[in-house]
Amino acid sequence: MSAPRTGTVRVLADRDVCVGAGNCVFADEAVFDQDDDGLVVVLVEEPPDGDGVRRAVQTCPSGALRLIDG
Amino acid sequence: MSETTTAAELPVYMRRDGFDPAPELGALREGERVGRARSPFGVDVWVLTHHDDVRAALADSARFSNATPMRGMPGMPVPDAATLARMRAGNPLLADPPEHTRLRRLLTPEFTVRRMRRLEPRIHEIVDERLDAMQRCGPPADLISSFALPVPSLVICELLGVPTEDRAGFEHRTSRLLDMSVPPGERMRLQAESREYMARLVAREQRDPGEAMLGMLVREHGDDLSTDELIGIANILLIAGHETTSNMLGLGTLALLRHPDQLALVRDDPDAVAPAVEELLRWLSIVHTGVVRTTTTEVEIGGTRIGAGELVVFALPAANRDPDATTDPDRLDITRGEVGHLAFGHGVHHCLGAPLARMEMRVAFPALLRRFPGLAEVPGTAAFRSFHVVYGLTGLEVTW
Ligand code: HEM
Ligand code: SF4
Repeated sequence: MSAPRTGTVRVLADRDVCVGAGNCVFADEAVFDQDDDGLVVVLVEEPPDGDGVRRAVQTCPSGALRLIDG
Repeated sequence: MSETTTAAELPVYMRRDGFDPAPELGALREGERVGRARSPFGVDVWVLTHHDDVRAALADSARFSNATPMRGMPGMPVPDAATLARMRAGNPLLADPPEHTRLRRLLTPEFTVRRMRRLEPRIHEIVDERLDAMQRCGPPADLISSFALPVPSLVICELLGVPTEDRAGFEHRTSRLLDMSVPPGERMRLQAESREYMARLVAREQRDPGEAMLGMLVREHGDDLSTDELIGIANILLIAGHETTSNMLGLGTLALLRHPDQLALVRDDPDAVAPAVEELLRWLSIVHTGVVRTTTTEVEIGGTRIGAGELVVFALPAANRDPDATTDPDRLDITRGEVGHLAFGHGVHHCLGAPLARMEMRVAFPALLRRFPGLAEVPGTAAFRSFHVVYGLTGLEVTW
């Protein structure tokens, strides 16, 4: 679907915006989790760039996630 | 199916041809993008069809409000303000932020991916019990009443703490309530009955809170939620919790039966299951539109100007089959590896139950296909239902 990516990215998550739908956890469990309130927790702040993180950001319904290229 | 309303009377965003949205809807998307239609409630609405327009509007809860004043049913006396307020209390789909945020924050902890994982073994058991029952009775069986409906229904009963012996009652009420061909008077009555039923359950939990979600909401949020809100929350969870997933299971199974190569992948390759569920969600888009939104100001979308105070609906099947968003969108392809469908909505109202629905489907489809490797539809028995808020099948006979 897309060319392999190299390097890392920084993941920014705004917990005030998150609606806890868990799409990010489904997209990339290595990077995202939800706390007891159901809100997003970033497990790895500078993960390797990849389809999983990209997909998480793209499918986040609330716009809570952003990537900054590392 | 009903004899009282004909397909031509259905608004363009509810018309389908088997699995596919009506060609008129695609034509609208490729042409004007934004159209007008008469809703089953007899009011004129704007219809958004393009993926980008739908996604943008769903994300914009400030300009597209869900807190539309309720009008009651067409041809029926409008209930008084207190009754209307009671009818919408606790329903996140009828609230805007910050009211919506408050309700949603109370509920999200209950639906996390992790919570759903904890429920997974129980979902497996429920699925296996239904499959055992099908096997005991032998073929042919109606897949809807023997599998697609009971599985999500039993799961939501268990999650909420609703007695399973009440199933027949609430399943019937919900299905009629959401059926646009049922006369408004009867639907009003069913809505009231639904609330009365929930009021009794909530009262019981208030006396003696159980371990399931209703008891938990009473125990932990009894002070910040009014009784009307508790009833409203319980009601929407029960309705949304079984009627949607059951139609995905029914229609999804038929879609796979008609695409045998893809069915084989779901049956034989565990890694194929999760992407298959997403593709079925996209391709089937069983929720025709979300709830109607009201513009809070003049907006311009897809090149059309819409004034303030206008009603807008989002044609999810059209958006999910937009060639600008997906290659070859009308083809079911569980290997396409793309996500970003709008079948669960988008924005702050994105389906709260998505982690639950995904889990149920990921368990149920492969379990069904593995139990009955020779599963086949009895030709001519698939009955699509058109007049319903949630698209699906009223019946499907299968053999194995
Ligand atoms: C495959 C099954 C399902 C589909 C396709 C589906 C679809 C949707 C869609 C499209 C919306 C957004 C509507 C809008 O924005 O107007 C929504 C919202 C919602 N869904 Fe689901 N749903 C499913 C399963 C479930 C389940 C199992 C539950 C509950 C246990 C549930 C509970 C809800 C609730 C409470 C909302 C309102 C959320 C809010 O307003 O914040 N859904 N669903
Ligand atoms: S996908 Fe977005 S809204 Fe959903 S849990 Fe993750 S950050 Fe929150």
